[in-house]
Amino acid sequence: MGLTITEKILAAHASKDKVTPGETIWVDVDVLMTHDVCGPGTISIFKEQFGENAKVFDREKVVIIPDHYIFTSDKHANRNIDILREFVSEQNLPYYYDVGTENYKGVCHLALAQEGHNRPGEVLFGTDSHTCTSGAFGMFSTGIGNTDAAFILGTGKLWVKVPESMQFEFTGKFPDYIMAKDIILQVIGDIGVDGATYRTMEWTGDAIMNFSMEERMTLCNMAIEGGGKNAVIEADEVTLKYVKERTNKPYNVYRSDHDANYYFKKTYDASTMEPIVAKPHSPDNKALVRECSDVKIDRSYIGSCTGGKYTDFLAAANILNGKKVAVNTFIVPATTEVYKDLESKMLDGKTLLNIFKEAGCEIGDASCAACLGGPKDTFGRTHGTEVVVSTTNRNFPGRMGSKQSEVYLASPYTAAASALTGRITDPREMLN
Amino acid sequence: MEQVIAGRAYVLGDNIDTDQIIPAEHLVYSLSDPEEKKNYGKFALSGVPKDDAGLPEGNKLFVEEEKFESEYTIIIGGKNFGCGSSREHAPACLKIAGIQAIIATSYARIFYRNSVDGGFFIPFESSGKLVNNIRTGNNLTINVETGTLINNSSNQTFKLQPLGEVADIVKAGNIFEYARKSGMI
Repeated sequence: MGLTITEKILAAHASKDKVTPGETIWVDVDVLMTHDVCGPGTISIFKEQFGENAKVFDREKVVIIPDHYIFTSDKHANRNIDILREFVSEQNLPYYYDVGTENYKGVCHLALAQEGHNRPGEVLFGTDSHTCTSGAFGMFSTGIGNTDAAFILGTGKLWVKVPESMQFEFTGKFPDYIMAKDIILQVIGDIGVDGATYRTMEWTGDAIMNFSMEERMTLCNMAIEGGGKNAVIEADEVTLKYVKERTNKPYNVYRSDHDANYYFKKTYDASTMEPIVAKPHSPDNKALVRECSDVKIDRSYIGSCTGGKYTDFLAAANILNGKKVAVNTFIVPATTEVYKDLESKMLDGKTLLNIFKEAGCEIGDASCAACLGGPKDTFGRTHGTEVVVSTTNRNFPGRMGSKQSEVYLASPYTAAASALTGRITDPREMLN
Repeated sequence: MEQVIAGRAYVLGDNIDTDQIIPAEHLVYSLSDPEEKKNYGKFALSGVPKDDAGLPEGNKLFVEEEKFESEYTIIIGGKNFGCGSSREHAPACLKIAGIQAIIATSYARIFYRNSVDGGFFIPFESSGKLVNNIRTGNNLTINVETGTLINNSSNQTFKLQPLGEVADIVKAGNIFEYARKSGMI
């Protein structure tokens, strides 16, 4: 019996020839990522357990990316950044992307990719549930809590129960109006919010492999919304090109064997996919966008690790170009690199940033912003009964701030089309 | 580890996510400062919509206004308890509020791991759906060794699922104690 990519990576990191789903193993960690929300708690547990003067297991393998509560006057949030700074300086950590400096990046999952910390075949843990995003690079990546992160800081190891794999294959070609966001919302709607609990979501098929790295990250980002332990897409030339432009570090490419064992396999015909939303208040509350055309919205939000990448804004700009939005529309680039892309990349002779400004959008600085609500003064946060169409990944009650607000998760195409009409709108009404 | 856990039940439904357990705006408090961390108790479960708070009736505050601890000791949950974020503030806030055990039909994995590895409380899994058999406020007793739950208010006994692969970590107290016992650190 062969092995899946995930099983091969985990076996290699446990110094074993093979591993079996359900087996508990200890793996060697290649990268530990933390941020401003969970870093301070992780640091305090690390010191409590390993001593005030303890050193991290390998300073080259620790990456700290403040991104959640950045542009706020909240004193606790700002104090947490100071704790990160102090730790970085004390441990002399090379990979810290400090707020208020040229080095600031923004949302950790995209920053990891852009700064070359995502490498095929590696094991990456992060104190954020959307760490599964990095699986787009053919690596094992998953979210953990402060205690597990502190354990890694001290030992470089963590226990893992080997997950069973589920394979989602998309054959053929997606229609032009379909984005990765539609696909992940379709699949979560099909399997439910616990449909992949403690399993790997492995994506395959020619339609998936035609996606850019950005779109692959969107697909892997929301594995956690299906309960998944991790997501993975085999590394190919697209992956290797992206990685080689960003790091010289060596890596290994793993492929699933043809006779690997899967808990579940499903094949979709890519050409039949339609734009999807997840209605309030659950990511699996699936509906076709065209079935929701009577839902009036107060706000459109385009941003986050899921929906705030260059390709997401290019899609939105295609729809908003030369038009005016009908509702408050927030544009939040995930990282400073994406912000620079908005300033420099052109469509019809205009920068994307100018297209958004002319359309009447409000532009925020790179960070997680209102994706998870956050402090009261967070850009784009809801405070009342707003109905929002959003390219983010969660629509739990109160997720974007107010418990009374309602969030429809959608692709950047759908969020932009809806911004123009003030109701949930199928992008096919706007494209061509 | 306590062998017997007794106290009043607070009953919740399916898919209680981490934003309901501790809304993100509160994730800024220190988890190590004794005074500041009390805020986590104050806001524990403050994101649960009113109708779902304390079933079957709902509209029951988990922590009374201006209080930092709950009068409830054991949470009864449905499926996929703790889904969403990896924030360890979620099990931490429940512990700070005074929760000693959770019994749910199933858990989201990160919440489950955090509960066990951090040694906050034992995340028990029930053998069937308890939400319909236990009411918020019922007096419960858990016998950890035998894996049984007694609802003293209705004289019903329920079998809990064995702990499986995490039993040794639970027994040791947390992941660090487990690693010390087994000579890893």
